Amino acid sequence: MKYLRFLLPLAIFAGIVLFLGVGLGLNPREVPSPLIGKPAPAFTLPRLDDASQQVSREDLLGKVWMLNVWASWCGPCRDEHPLVNDIARRQLVPVYGLNYKDARPAAAGWLANLGNPYRATLVDADGRVGIDYGVYGVPETFIIDRKGVVRFKHTGPLTPDVIRSKIEPLLKELNAQG
Amino acid sequence: MPKVETRPARLRWPRPAALVLSLGLALTALTAMTALPASAREAAPATADPVLEARVMRLASELRCLVCQNETIAASHADLAVDLRNQVREMLRQGRSDAEVMRYMTDRYGDFVLYRPPVKPTTWVLWYGPAALLVGGIAVLALVLRRRSRMGADAFEPDRDDDGRDAGQPAPRG
Repeated sequence: MKYLRFLLPLAIFAGIVLFLGVGLGLNPREVPSPLIGKPAPAFTLPRLDDASQQVSREDLLGKVWMLNVWASWCGPCRDEHPLVNDIARRQLVPVYGLNYKDARPAAAGWLANLGNPYRATLVDADGRVGIDYGVYGVPETFIIDRKGVVRFKHTGPLTPDVIRSKIEPLLKELNAQG
Repeated sequence: MPKVETRPARLRWPRPAALVLSLGLALTALTAMTALPASAREAAPATADPVLEARVMRLASELRCLVCQNETIAASHADLAVDLRNQVREMLRQGRSDAEVMRYMTDRYGDFVLYRPPVKPTTWVLWYGPAALLVGGIAVLALVLRRRSRMGADAFEPDRDDDGRDAGQPAPRG
């Protein structure tokens, strides 16, 4: 009973420290995506390089692919771009770009300047597909498996650490499933 | 001598006052400048169909803006908030129900978009935690008070008046 007097406040204090400590470590901007484990939303969008050609979700079924949402007006996309180039160069996974609410000439110029890592860039001029994918900040990156199910989402610019610790192991796993 | 003393005093006082006044004026001017175009921008669709617009705004004020997370998409001027408001408006125009609009949003952005999260096991602490804390607090308080009321008067330190005499205590016997 006597110990309780000292231990109880101490335990409460420890509890608060634990909660606050965990809370500080969380990123409040990271919104958990409800899409993980669900079929990727359907889309049919024109290509940036040739508006007469369209790409749809069904065209990409049967392979693991990465969707990278970007825009020429987006500063962090520029920071991230070398990493996307690197993923393409290493042929880790076919990368498709979703050009979000952008102007065609600006987007084309951006790719010409910084390199084009994308198998195809899909033009989402009004941001409708972006909304379907729950995009709320560019850049965002999705990994979609052979069956067209969203397996991973990263909000904000990719980092070497995210690629190494999350994307590479996931790709290995998905590709091993054959 | 007195001259020297009054002068800094006079100099010292008007300064913060003037600072506050000019800051206030600047702020008023700024808000006036930024608020006017914003309200003008929003007034346009509202005139088209006030009933629909009221519904849009009611739903929008239940939805969190994901770019600026402490705002509703009704209040926010972020691009995405404007897009989502348009989406809500369009869906309502198509005759969809409020629940369908909310479902559309949570399917894409998760429960996070809801300013009033649904009651489910993972949110029980959120919904019932404060009430539980209140009830627990009252219970502890009642327990402590009951125990105290059973204690003899000599279990407490006597209150002392300013002059050092015991207050509210029976005079010492003997």
